[in-house]
Amino acid sequence: MSFLAKYIGQKVKRTEDPRLVQGIGHYVDDVEIAGALSVAILRSPYAHARVNSINIDAAKKAPGVVAVYTGKDVEGKIGYVPCAAALPELKVPKYPVLASGKVIFVGQPVAAVVATDKYKARDAVDLIEVDYDPLDVITDAEKAAEGDSPLIHEEFGTNVAYVHSAGSGDVEAAFKQADRVVTQRLNHQRLAPIAMEPRGVLAQYFPGEQQLNLWSSTQIPHLLRTQLALMLGIPENRLRVIAPEVGGGFGSKLNVYAEEALAGWISMRLNKPVKWIESRRENVQATIHGRAQVGEVSVAVKNDGTLLGLKYDVTADLGAYHQLLTPAIPTLTGLMLSGCYKIPAIQMTCKGVFTNKMATDAYRGAGRPEATYLVERMMDLIAQELNMDPVELRRKNFPKPEEFPFATATGLFYDSGDYEMALSKALEIVDYKKLREEQKAARAQGRLMGVGVSTYVEICAMGPSIALPSGGWESATVRVEPTGKVTVLTGISPHGQGEETSFAQIVADMLGVSIDDVLVVHGDTSIVQYGIGTFGSRGIAVGGAALACATEKVVAKARTLAAHLLGTNEAGLTFEQGRFVGAPDDRSVTIQEVALAAYVPHNVPPDFEPGLVATHFFEPKNFTFPNGTHVCVVEVDKETGDVEILRYVAVDDCGKQINPLIVQGQVHGGIAQGLAQALFEEVVYDENGQLLTGELMDYAVPKAHQLPRYELDHTETPTTVNPLGAKGVGEAGTIGSTPAVANAVIDALAPFGVKHVDLPLRPEKLWRLMNN
Amino acid sequence: MKIDISINGKRCEADVEPRLLLVHFIRDLAGLTGTHIGCETSICGACTALMDGKAVKTCSILAIQADGAEITTIEGLAKDGQLHPVQEGFWECHGLQCGYCTPGMIMSACGLLRDNPTPTEEQIRHGLEGNLCRCTGYQHIVDAVQYAANKMSAQAAKAD
Repeated sequence: MSFLAKYIGQKVKRTEDPRLVQGIGHYVDDVEIAGALSVAILRSPYAHARVNSINIDAAKKAPGVVAVYTGKDVEGKIGYVPCAAALPELKVPKYPVLASGKVIFVGQPVAAVVATDKYKARDAVDLIEVDYDPLDVITDAEKAAEGDSPLIHEEFGTNVAYVHSAGSGDVEAAFKQADRVVTQRLNHQRLAPIAMEPRGVLAQYFPGEQQLNLWSSTQIPHLLRTQLALMLGIPENRLRVIAPEVGGGFGSKLNVYAEEALAGWISMRLNKPVKWIESRRENVQATIHGRAQVGEVSVAVKNDGTLLGLKYDVTADLGAYHQLLTPAIPTLTGLMLSGCYKIPAIQMTCKGVFTNKMATDAYRGAGRPEATYLVERMMDLIAQELNMDPVELRRKNFPKPEEFPFATATGLFYDSGDYEMALSKALEIVDYKKLREEQKAARAQGRLMGVGVSTYVEICAMGPSIALPSGGWESATVRVEPTGKVTVLTGISPHGQGEETSFAQIVADMLGVSIDDVLVVHGDTSIVQYGIGTFGSRGIAVGGAALACATEKVVAKARTLAAHLLGTNEAGLTFEQGRFVGAPDDRSVTIQEVALAAYVPHNVPPDFEPGLVATHFFEPKNFTFPNGTHVCVVEVDKETGDVEILRYVAVDDCGKQINPLIVQGQVHGGIAQGLAQALFEEVVYDENGQLLTGELMDYAVPKAHQLPRYELDHTETPTTVNPLGAKGVGEAGTIGSTPAVANAVIDALAPFGVKHVDLPLRPEKLWRLMNN
Repeated sequence: MKIDISINGKRCEADVEPRLLLVHFIRDLAGLTGTHIGCETSICGACTALMDGKAVKTCSILAIQADGAEITTIEGLAKDGQLHPVQEGFWECHGLQCGYCTPGMIMSACGLLRDNPTPTEEQIRHGLEGNLCRCTGYQHIVDAVQYAANKMSAQAAKAD
C-alpha cells in the first residue's frame, strides 16, 4: 500500500478540538430533548443483605414523580446484564438490572425513580424505604475461595467462578534444573478508571415508529445495540445507539450496564424521553473497577541469569457479578507472562472469585499491566538475588531481532521488535552509567535515590476474531461524494483518541485530497455500518487498517473509471496526489472528477456500478506487540516518605506513527495512570464491604503538580499484521510505567533492606518501612 | 427566589429554588452546556467558570449566591470567531483528549493568568491543582498555558 506522506507521520492539530475548547461539543448530558424526564437510582447501602420489602408509596406521591420501579417491575421484562466471556465451566450468575431478593455489593441498583427534574428525582429516592437483613460479607478474594466463606451466589455452592490454567513447557523440569528459584507474593490493587465524564444515558422511544434512540457514553455503540436489543426484546434494527462526545473511557465504558437497559425500558414504557446521568459517587461504586489480582510468582533461573521457567498462582477478585468481560481479564495476564523475555516454560493457575464488591473488568491495559508489573518486579528481584545489574539481566534474556516472529510459552507469536534498541536508547537518554554513580554518591550522603527500569511488551490491536468474544475485526466505509468531499464511516468509537484527525490523515494521503475535505463519522449505529469499537489499542491498528483497505478499494474503482474517461487502460495509469496520470495524450483526471462521473454515469464502461463508495471489514491475522523501555528516577524523602520523580524517560515502539502529536498524548496519559497506580491510587473497601474511597476526595486521581515532565523518544519496528504498520499505543504508557516507578522507589529503599513493597507506594507506607 | 445573573454579557433572570446549584443554572436554565459536571464535590474542577473575573467551581456555589454577578463560561471566551489565547494554546499543544475537563481547565487557566501573567511551570502545575484531567498526564496542558501566557504577554506588550 502506498501513501503520499503529506499528513501521515505529521503532527497534525486535531480537528476535534475547536468545538471542544469552546465547550460546544455534545456529551450525553448536553443533548437536550424537550420534555425529557430524569431518572435517579436508589442503590444498596449494604454489601450483602436480603431485601425483605421495599416501600415506594411515599416516593410515588412526591412532587414531580412520574414512576417508581423496583426489581419486581422489571423481572422477566428486562434481560440480565450480559457477560460475553466464555471460559470452561464458568459460573455466570443472573445479574438483574434492579436487585431482586438480595443485594451483593454496595451501590447495586435497587429502585429507579422517574421525575420531572433531577432534583425531584433525587428527593424521591430518599423517600423509598427498604427493609434489609444484613448478611455476612466477604471482601477478601483469597478467603472467599475457602470452603467456610459466606456464599455470595448460594446456587453455585462456592465463590469460585472458575479456575483457569494456561502456559506450556516443562515447568517442573525447569524448576528442578534451576540454580535459584526466586519467589514473591504480589498484590495488584483494585483501581477505578475515573473517566472525567461519568456514564450517562438518554433514551427516547417513538411508539409510532417503534424505534428507540439511545444516547450513551460508551466505547462500543454497536455491541451495546446488540446486547440491549436482546435485553429489551426490541428488534436490533429498531434500536439506534449513539455515542456522542464521550468524555474518556479507559475500558470503563467497554461494557453493558444495568442503567443503559433500564433507561431504554423506562422510555419504552412511559413513551417519554428519559435521562440518567451518573454522579461521581455512583461512578466509583457502580462503574467497573480494574486490576485486583493477588498471587505468588516463582521464577526458575540459572546463576548466569538465564530464565528457565515461571509459575504464577493467582486469585482474581471478580467482584459480585460478571460485567461484560469480567472473567476474561485475568486470562490476558496469563498470555503476557513471558514479558519481553525468552522463558521456555510458563504455567499460570488463576482462580476467579466472587466478592461483595463492584465487578472488575477492563481498565486501561486490562490484564497486561498485571503481567508486566509482576514480570518486571521479578526481574529486579532476580537481579538482586544474583547480584547482577537489572539491565544486564533483562538484556540477556531478550529475544534477538532476528528471532521474530517470536513464539512464547504462553502461545503467542510476537510480531516484530527490537527490544535492545529501545533499551539502549532509553539508557542513553538517562545516561544510566552516570545515574548509578550519582546514586552511589547520593547514598553516601544518606539520600534515597532510586532508578527503576521496565522493559515491556504488550498485546494490542485486539485482535483476531477467534480470540475475542465479539469478534475482533473492524469496519470502514469510504465515500467520495459527487462534489469530491470524502465521508468516512468507522466502526471505531473514539472517546479522546483523536481518530477524526488521524483517520482523516490516512484517507487524505491515500486519496491525495485536502484533510479539510475528509469528514470522519463514528458512534451512530444508524449511520455507520456495524463495528466493534475502541478498546485494546485497536483504533489505528485495526480500524485504521480497515480504513486503508476501504480507501484502496475506492482508488481501484476510480482507476477503472479514470481509464475509461482517459481512453486508456488501467495498467498505464498511476495515481499521484489525487490525480490519475499516464494517459498517452498526457491528459489526466482528478479523483473529484472521477467521483462526479461515477454518480452522473453518462460516460462509464459497460456494467459499471454507479457511485464511488467502498466498505471493508478488516480481519487482523495476529495481535501486535508494541514494546519499549521506561526509566524512572526518584528520590524518597527520608523524613516524610514522599516520592519525588526526578526524571521519567519513555522510549516506546508502537510501529508506524500516523500522528506523533497524538501518540505523545497517549503515552503521557498512559504513564500518568500507571504512575498513579504505583504511587497513589487504590479502591478501598472495609471488611463490611463499605467503599471507603467513594468520591474524588478519597480516591487519589493525580493532580498536575504530582506528576513529572515526561521525556519521550521512540523506536520503530513496523508490523506486518496490518497494512499501516501501526501497532497501537493507547495502553503502552499504563503498562510500561507502573513497574518502572515501583522498581525505582524500591531501589531507593534498598539501604533499608527493602526488597518489595506492594502498591500503592504512598508516603505513609514508605515512612513506616523506614521507621520499622 | 428571583435572581438575575449576567452570563457572557447576557442577562438571565429566573425564579429558582434556593438550593439550585449555579452549574445547573448555567446548564439547564441558560442552556450553556460547555460547563461540565465531573464530581459535584468541588474536586475535579470540570465546572469552573469565572464569577466577577475569578475562577470558581460552579458545582459548589448556589445560583442565588451569584445573583447580580457577571459570569463568564467557556462559551464566552472566544470573541468574533477568534479563539482566546488559552483556547488556542490547548489546540496548538494538544492540551486535550476527551475534552471533558477542558472547559474547566481553560477557565482555571484564565483565572491563573489573570493573577500571574507569566507563571513558571511549577506555578502552572500548582495553579491547576483544583482541576483533574484523566487523559493528558498534564504535560501538554502545562505547555498550553505557557503558550497562552507568552501570546498574551506579547499582545499586552504590543498594546503598550
